Formats: sequence, structure tokens, C-alpha cells
Amino acid sequence: MGAGIDLDNVVCDFGSFRAVDNVNVSIKPGEFFSFLGPSGCGKTTILRMISGFNDPTSGAIRIGGAPTLGKRPNQRPTALIFQNLALFPLMTIWENIAFGLEMRGMGRAERRAKADELLALVDLQGAADKMVSQLSGGQKQRVAIARALAVEPQVMLLDEPLSALDLKLRQHMRAELRAIQKRTGVTFIYITHDQGEALAMSDRVGVMSQGRLQQVADPRDIYNNPVNGFVASFVGENNIFTGAVGATSSGMARFDTAHGQFRARLGETGGAAVKLYVRPEHTLFTTDAGVENSVPVTVQEVAFEGSFISVHATSDSGASLVAELRNDGSQLIPEAGQKGFMTFAAERASILPDGIVRAK
Amino acid sequence: MGELLKRYGGTLTGAFILLTGFWLLMLIILPNLALFETSFRPYLPVVDMGGPLDTYSVNNYAKFFESPGPMSIFGLELSIPLRAQTFINTVFYSIIVTVVAFVFSYPIAFYLAKVVRPKSVPTLILLLFIPLWVSEALRAFAWYIILTLNGPLNAVLVGMGVLEKAVRWQQGVLTNYDAIVIGLVYNYILFMLFPIYNAMTSLDSNQIEAAQDLGAPAWKTHLRIVLPHSKPGIASGSVMVFMLAAGSLLVPTTLGSTRSNWFTQTIQQAMLESQDWNTGAAYSFLYLLLCTVVVFGVMRLFKVRLSDIAR
Repeated sequence: MGAGIDLDNVVCDFGSFRAVDNVNVSIKPGEFFSFLGPSGCGKTTILRMISGFNDPTSGAIRIGGAPTLGKRPNQRPTALIFQNLALFPLMTIWENIAFGLEMRGMGRAERRAKADELLALVDLQGAADKMVSQLSGGQKQRVAIARALAVEPQVMLLDEPLSALDLKLRQHMRAELRAIQKRTGVTFIYITHDQGEALAMSDRVGVMSQGRLQQVADPRDIYNNPVNGFVASFVGENNIFTGAVGATSSGMARFDTAHGQFRARLGETGGAAVKLYVRPEHTLFTTDAGVENSVPVTVQEVAFEGSFISVHATSDSGASLVAELRNDGSQLIPEAGQKGFMTFAAERASILPDGIVRAK
Repeated sequence: MGELLKRYGGTLTGAFILLTGFWLLMLIILPNLALFETSFRPYLPVVDMGGPLDTYSVNNYAKFFESPGPMSIFGLELSIPLRAQTFINTVFYSIIVTVVAFVFSYPIAFYLAKVVRPKSVPTLILLLFIPLWVSEALRAFAWYIILTLNGPLNAVLVGMGVLEKAVRWQQGVLTNYDAIVIGLVYNYILFMLFPIYNAMTSLDSNQIEAAQDLGAPAWKTHLRIVLPHSKPGIASGSVMVFMLAAGSLLVPTTLGSTRSNWFTQTIQQAMLESQDWNTGAAYSFLYLLLCTVVVFGVMRLFKVRLSDIAR
């Protein structure tokens, strides 16, 4: 069964560079938790600190409530799946899987039986006596998972394990990983820079930038209610307006821009510089001006993407806007040069701090 | 070949091939063939050369198996021909040299390849190389001075109270070959170190971490991951050190005592002191053959293939 993990004010410095900056998060037992962020944001360092390969400069990490300070990687109930998998090329598949059991002093016959059991779990029966080089990318992936599961960890740590696979296989392995996590009940901590992967697989996502955790929430909240411009931009596309907040009432505010006056939800601004963010799929292209949040535009380009239609337009005041219209199979597709309006619902637009959460 | 012609033109390509051919044929193949032919002919006064007595035979090779004497091998009292005794000693202590060189090289190679910051590696490798700038003869003499009765090693050990009085290292303390083993290890250790270092640098550090993460203590990580990965390097290093040690004449002559005898010294005695090139040549070829047999035997024992070494 999975163990919970608590990070309390965790800081990690490499020389004068602060890789992880005051991270606080509680991951629940049996949860699928993703750290999402661009490369260099500190997410891999967090993973290495949980597994014991790096020590926090300050702060504490607890696994299942127990402090980890001074515990070596081989003394923690965690198993790490490396980005390049790090399978042992000189051993057969079953020896790879049973390596952790061999280190625990389990007998050969017992190890072999356990390895076969795990191979069945990851749907690789019959590969036991092959060498690593004889397997395909997806199969190696499963061997790595089986090898990590063999030691019955309470926490599985996965460092972008799908990044080397092609798109089709990646999508298949997403579902597979999720299913294995559900079946075993082990806590999964997943590191990725692919927002689609994080949103599709996770119970909760922690978005990171420059060593700081920006927002921890379930995938829906991360996407629909980002706390700042960084999160909004990292997990999806946006139409962005600069301007100033006007009169506010019950969570909504007037926003004055060079392209008109809008009404939108007001986020936690904390007095920082703000912008207005609205997703292209929440933006509509219409021929009549709406009652509010409406910008007169000229269509520049229309891209037919299959499931949706992407309309790129420029407003008369000079703003570039994108609307993504769902293809319902019957609507009229706008044409380049056509005049019209871009509108969006006030509830779908957010006024958010421009940048990221910075060190206090 | 076509590539070479295109790049350098006919004249230069011809010169390359002629020079390489000359080097191979005149400086390697022909002298060895001549020596090989010599080894089957008897040692005769000049007047008899080419006469009725000058016939081919394996008599020179048979001398290796003559004049038996007592020898104790691991407690077994055997009667073994004297020259075979020298051969057995040479091979045995060359293996000791190889093992000692490995024991020292492995941790150093691991430290260089996986522990130390990559930035400091060039400096450390330079430090390891500096002793090689001094000639082999001088390095052997340096150890002669260090190990001599009134030398610094005895002075330090007696001064520290480790030894009660100075010992004659060259006469042998543990075996008759102590000083030779020390000198040979010192001279050839880098031939062991660098192949192992090379093999280790190609090991993905994630593999070491993966083993640790799966619960392996440090020694098991080495035994199951690092050592198997380094096997080709260890094999080629061992073959080099063994062959160099077995083929060394300078170190055993400088650091040896009256109680030690290296097979190269036997060959040298036959060739230079007795002026009997025929017997010397026979010993040389026999030695080459026997050492090759030893190398292949050991490779077989450790399941190393020739292609591993050539890597």
C-alpha cells in the first residue's frame, strides 16, 4: 500500500543556485501526483531528494510520516524509474526484475517465480530470458516498471519515463501506468514537462517554475482556474490583454484595455501587475456584437484542424486573438478577410498576476 | 584504399604503402622468420656452419625440459626441469603483478570515472602520467634505492617502529620476488588503469543509482553492475600487464636478487652470455607460445572473448 509524502519548506541549493525554493506539499497515500514544469524548474531535484540521491539544504521530507534525514536510497521505501530507464544490459529480463529481491537475499527459485508474476502484471509473459537489447521501447518501459514494483515500494517515483516513446505508445503507456497505479495502490509521483500527460493521468498536479511550486490542484482546477499567468500559459494557450483593473464586485472586475472594456473574474493578484487571460476554446467568433466582452476583428487566417477550427484574427485596435471553435460538422467556417467579433464569457476569463510566485 | 588514394594522391599513397610494407616485412616478419629458422639449427663453430652437422632438429627446444631439480609448488615436492621452474616462477609472479595492479587500479579508475568532478579529471590523469615521463630504467633504479638496506623505506619503517631492524627487501621478505613484483606493478599499472577507466566511463551512472535504489549496498553494486561492465577493460588491461611483466628484462635484472630468476634473463643469458642464438631463439619462441597459452587459458577461465579485449 502507498505511503504519504510531506515536503516541509524544502530548499535545495547547488552552490549559489537555488534549484528548489521553499516547497511545501503533502502528497496523500495512494495518490497519483505530478510535478509539472519546464526543464530546470527543480522538479527532478525534488524527485532525487525524495529518493535519497540528493539531500535538502534545509527543510524536511517525511515518507509515511517518518523523517528521511540520513537515510540512503537503499533504505527508503521508494523505487525510482529513471528517464533513460537504466535497465541492466548485462542481465536477462527476469534478472533485472528480480535484482531488488536478490539484494534482499531471496532465493533464486523464489525470485524467478516473483519475476514471472510481475512480467504477467505488465503483460510481458515469455520475455523472462531475453536480454534488454532485444526489447522494444515500450517493452523496456514495462520491464522498468516491473523492476521497481518488485521491491514492493510504498512510493514510485517516475522521472519523465515516457519522454523517449513515440506518441501512440506514449498515450497507451499513460493508460497502462494509471491502471497499474490503481491496481497496486502505490503512491505515484510523476515528473513531466508535458502538460497533457500531467492533466490526463494525475489526481493532483503541482506546477513548478524556478524552483517554486506555483499551484497544487486537481487537473481541472489547474486548467480552468490557474493562479497566475505562468500556470495559465504553461498548461494551455491564452488570449492575453494588458490593462488595469477597474470597479470590482463579488469576485468579478472591470478591466480597461486599449481594445475595450471587459468584465472578468478577479484572481488573487496580491498587488502584482495583472493581465487578462482567456482560453481560445472559450473565445467565440460571431457576426453580431455581444452584450459584453466583445472585440471587433478581421479574420486573418483559418486553420481547419479536424476536431476544431482555429480562427486567427486581428482587432481593429491591433490585438491578435485566436478562437478555437469545436467542429460540430455543420457550422459555417469563417473565411480570411471576414469581419466579425471575438467574444468570451466573463466567467471564463481571469485577471491574473502576470508572472510567477517568487521567493518572499 | 580508394579513400586514401583520393585524399593523398598516387605518390603519397605509394610511399605510405611502401614504408608500411617495409616496416612489416623487413623489421618484423623477416627477422622473426630468420630467428625461427635459427632456433631449429645446432649451435656450431663458424667452420661447421652449413656443413654436415648443420641439420634441423628440435634439440634446442628439448633443452627447456633438461636438468630436473626439486621444486615445491603449494607444498608439493616435484622434480621439474630448471628452465621450466624459471618459467613457472615467471608466470606465477607475473600473475601476482597483474592481480596487484588490478587491485590498485580498480578503485582509482572508479574514482576517476564516476566519483571525482569531471573538471578535475585532466589534472589527476596528468599526475598519474608524470612518472611515465621518466624512463623505465630510471624508475627501476628509483625503486632499487627506495628498497635498499640503508634506503628510505627501511629508515621510515624502522623510525616508525613498524620494523625492528632494516630488512633486505631485494633478497625477499615474503617471497624471493618481492622487489621485482613491486617494480613491475609500478612500471605497468597505468596499462591496467586506463583500459578499466575507459570501460567505466561508458557506464551510465543511472545504473549505479538504480542498483542503490533497488537496495544494493555499495559492494554489491560493484560486484553486479560496475565490475561486469568493466570486464572488457579489465581483460585487456590484464593481458597487457601480464605480457609486459613476463617480457620485462630490465626490472628483474635491476631489482632481482641471486635467489630470483626471470625467464627473460634465461633468454638473455643464452643469447648474450653464451652467444648461443640458436638456443636463445628456441627459448624465445617457446616462451611466446607458453605465455599465449596461459593468457588464453585464463581468458577461458573468466569467460572473456577475444572480441571483448579488442574493443
